[in-house]
Amino acid sequence: MSLIRELHRQLTQKERSAVEITQGYLAHIETLEPQLRSFLTITADHALAKAQQVDQQIAAGEAIGLLAGIPIALKDNLCTQGVQTTCASKVLEGFIPPYESTVTERLATAGTICLGKTNMDEFAMGSSTENSAYQVTANPWDIARVPGGSSGGSAAAVAADECPIALGSDTGGSIRQPAAFCGVVGLKPTYGLVSRYGLVAYASSLDQIGPLTRTVEDAAIVLGAIAGHDPKDSTSLNVDIPDYTHTLKPGLDCKGRKIGIIQETFGDGLDPVVDAAVKTAIAQLESLGAEVQTLSCPQFRYGVPTYYIIAPSEASSNLARYDGVKYGLRANNDSLMDMYTKTRATGFGAEVKRRIMIGTYALSAGYYDAYYLKAQKVRTLIKQDFEKAFESVDVLLCPTTPTTAFKTGEKVNDPLSMYLSDLMTIPVNLAGLPSLSLPCGFDQAGLPIGLQLIGNVLQEQTLLEVAYAYEQATPWHTQTPHL
Amino acid sequence: MTAAAPAKTQYEAVIGLETHCQLSTETKIFSASSTVFGADPNTHIDPVVMGMPGVLPVLNQQVLEYAVKAGLALNCEIAPYSKFDRKQYFYPDLPKNYQISQFDLPIAEHGSLEIELVDKKTKAVTRKRIGITRLHMEEDAGKLVHGGSTLSGSTYSLVDFNRAGVPLIEIVSEPDLRSGQEAAEYAQELRRIVRYLGVSDGNMQEGSLRCDVNISVRPVGREQFGTKVEIKNMNSFSAIQKAIEYEIERQIAAVEAGEPIYQETRLWEEGNQRTISMRLKEGSSDYRYFPEPDLPPIEVSVEQREAWRAALPELPAQKRHRYETDMGLSAYDARVLADDRTIAEYFDATVGVGADPKLAANWITQDIAAYLNNEKLTIDQIGLKPEMLAEMVQLISKSTINNKVGKEMLPELLTQGGSPAAIVEAQGLSQISDPEQIAAIIDEVLAANPDELAKYRAGKKKLQGFFVGQIMKLTNGRVDPKLTNQLLLPKLNAEP
Repeated sequence: MSLIRELHRQLTQKERSAVEITQGYLAHIETLEPQLRSFLTITADHALAKAQQVDQQIAAGEAIGLLAGIPIALKDNLCTQGVQTTCASKVLEGFIPPYESTVTERLATAGTICLGKTNMDEFAMGSSTENSAYQVTANPWDIARVPGGSSGGSAAAVAADECPIALGSDTGGSIRQPAAFCGVVGLKPTYGLVSRYGLVAYASSLDQIGPLTRTVEDAAIVLGAIAGHDPKDSTSLNVDIPDYTHTLKPGLDCKGRKIGIIQETFGDGLDPVVDAAVKTAIAQLESLGAEVQTLSCPQFRYGVPTYYIIAPSEASSNLARYDGVKYGLRANNDSLMDMYTKTRATGFGAEVKRRIMIGTYALSAGYYDAYYLKAQKVRTLIKQDFEKAFESVDVLLCPTTPTTAFKTGEKVNDPLSMYLSDLMTIPVNLAGLPSLSLPCGFDQAGLPIGLQLIGNVLQEQTLLEVAYAYEQATPWHTQTPHL
Repeated sequence: MTAAAPAKTQYEAVIGLETHCQLSTETKIFSASSTVFGADPNTHIDPVVMGMPGVLPVLNQQVLEYAVKAGLALNCEIAPYSKFDRKQYFYPDLPKNYQISQFDLPIAEHGSLEIELVDKKTKAVTRKRIGITRLHMEEDAGKLVHGGSTLSGSTYSLVDFNRAGVPLIEIVSEPDLRSGQEAAEYAQELRRIVRYLGVSDGNMQEGSLRCDVNISVRPVGREQFGTKVEIKNMNSFSAIQKAIEYEIERQIAAVEAGEPIYQETRLWEEGNQRTISMRLKEGSSDYRYFPEPDLPPIEVSVEQREAWRAALPELPAQKRHRYETDMGLSAYDARVLADDRTIAEYFDATVGVGADPKLAANWITQDIAAYLNNEKLTIDQIGLKPEMLAEMVQLISKSTINNKVGKEMLPELLTQGGSPAAIVEAQGLSQISDPEQIAAIIDEVLAANPDELAKYRAGKKKLQGFFVGQIMKLTNGRVDPKLTNQLLLPKLNAEP
């Protein structure tokens, strides 16, 4: 059952007011935050004031939309007018945007109530949320483990029921990987379907905003509210947005759906428990009527090296603006060069600096052709692999991550092993495709396992339908962590 | 006599210009802030101009139109597929620490423009084609104001971002220029073209048009270029010319003295009329260009390109050629008329309603131009409209009035306008062209001045002018001057 629909029912049948619902979540946040640390900023006053407005609408007998009065948490790289937006970086400490991102503006118009801003890896660079300059977020299923990243705060908050829905951003898996680690649904839309205006850029050609929710239908509802052309984002697509929920009805099966299993994602490095859970899921999809075939995406394995040229290259440029001149941190200085170097040396964390250096190097004269240009060519090959695959199937399937959530601190000194935790998700961003992760089981330690479905360009509807059918046939989404 | 000195080496300069030209759009290249010059610091800014986190550029479509039109006017090939790139360097006037520019796929390439060189003494005009390497779009940076009285002594700097994001086109010439005069002419023709197009005001004092010069010298006949020096900070066309002339002499003197020429950037000091070294260029800067991921590639369809081409006005070079070839004007007059689009259009309109082109050109380039200059007016602000000038020119052509009467009527026409024919009629200004009437007037004047006549006849021939003056005075200058002289001479020289 969609959590949004359940809350909407409570509101419209006047079982609970928006203020009561909001207070409930705020109280839950207050209880859990000492252990979880998912939020960087909590906007309680703002949330309650907004909830009151919704209650007034209900009291006045006005019809309210599905999202009116629904609390939401926002990843802290989404600019919120008047509310501090840090990207979990010291360099943006105290930065209060004078403008609102398009997605949050659309959600606010739809009546959602922002509870606060969630923790993340600094500038969305990381896979564990340990790269936050402020705090380490715990995985609600085992607080000694990471929630994944970079949208770890949003995933943990949804999993722990600190909020019913949240937004994250996904550049190489930053929505889907934490969704898998925290046992929630995470959707990365087609590149360009959702406006990036107001999303603090990490890698502009890969970044997409998407929902983290408890159920597939909730993801469909939120997607419908945030998707659509935005004249402020020149890379946003001018396409009609359907009601993504209209086909998500009980009894939906997978008859006639052609599902392709990406052969390269199984084998070495894949946790046997994950392997088994995903294979069970495949069997379930077959029993739901799907026609399953195994196919090869030979370039899939070049995703990680390609990504780690393109994303840092764009990041090195996107992050050049944090120089102490205009906003955010400015280090004490005796000269311009001092101000630049000290501001950036103290403002950025180790992983951000590492990626700025990699990107600066890859774009330098004499290396550009060997690195950036070559990576762009491989990116095209990866895209072509997917195009070819979608000639014979509707949806591609693979694990979201090779393992379940790892222990906090386990990989912080081993960036390469950390990078490899995104190897299943990265190629999807390089190809600009929509993709969704949803729970498909638990390992021996009770940690969630994620199943990744990948759709063709703008085939969010297909993706949501297959995911919905699977979700309805399995119990995983009904389980919650014990905190 | 000393022994013959060895033949002196002749040098030539090789010069190319990089010109930045601000486009006169109302709003900035990637956001809606105003581009108006001279506002209070940091008032024409917004989150996009300031490069704030998360904001995105959106291309002002007028910028593309203006750039394509400029490219077409410079005879360039317009790229059907072009893109923006990021040029990266840290500087406080550059909000994002990268400039959105165009690198390997500029909007226009491979063009040319025609310059004219006027001989100061003979006014003879020679023409030369200068190649245009490329034209691309980019955003301007902000402006730094340094605290304290000198740059080296300043303890802080202030940044004004009003100029940041103002649209620019950068136009790069081939190294086809050989002298300061050619370079100044090139810059002026470029300004003429952008003004004709209405895509820029080309104001050098306000920085709308900024030229950087690349210059080297080499012995005549050598193919290899000398070491290139860049000169900046010229605020006028004459400064461009003088800076280059100074630099050519400096470089030749250095070569002759066996001193090295450094690859460097030099500043033109207007006060001291010299260039000084600003900074050495150690290798080429690495701007780490890469394609701008926030902006999709730019596609210009053939239909769009041709629609913009069809909307181009007649350009200065086309006008000059037409004035010279079709209208028989001198190259010099053609050049003066075509210098300013409004004047050229005024001239075209005057000729269009039947005025003789040469007479019309004379009036416009002399009396009217002097008036505009004195009164600081533009030609569309005066009372004398093209059809009125045409009417007056026609009265002169038909000898209804003479030139002198025309000049006398002009002040009133310039300020208030009116019909010259009506004025002639009302004030009885029409020319006296009847030989008998003129002969009678001559007789009257001769009779009234017997002493002068006697002196003339005694050999003081200069007195002819006196008699002409007396006749003009008597008739308010209305007599036909040619006929008067024809009739006067035999009467003066007649035996008494």
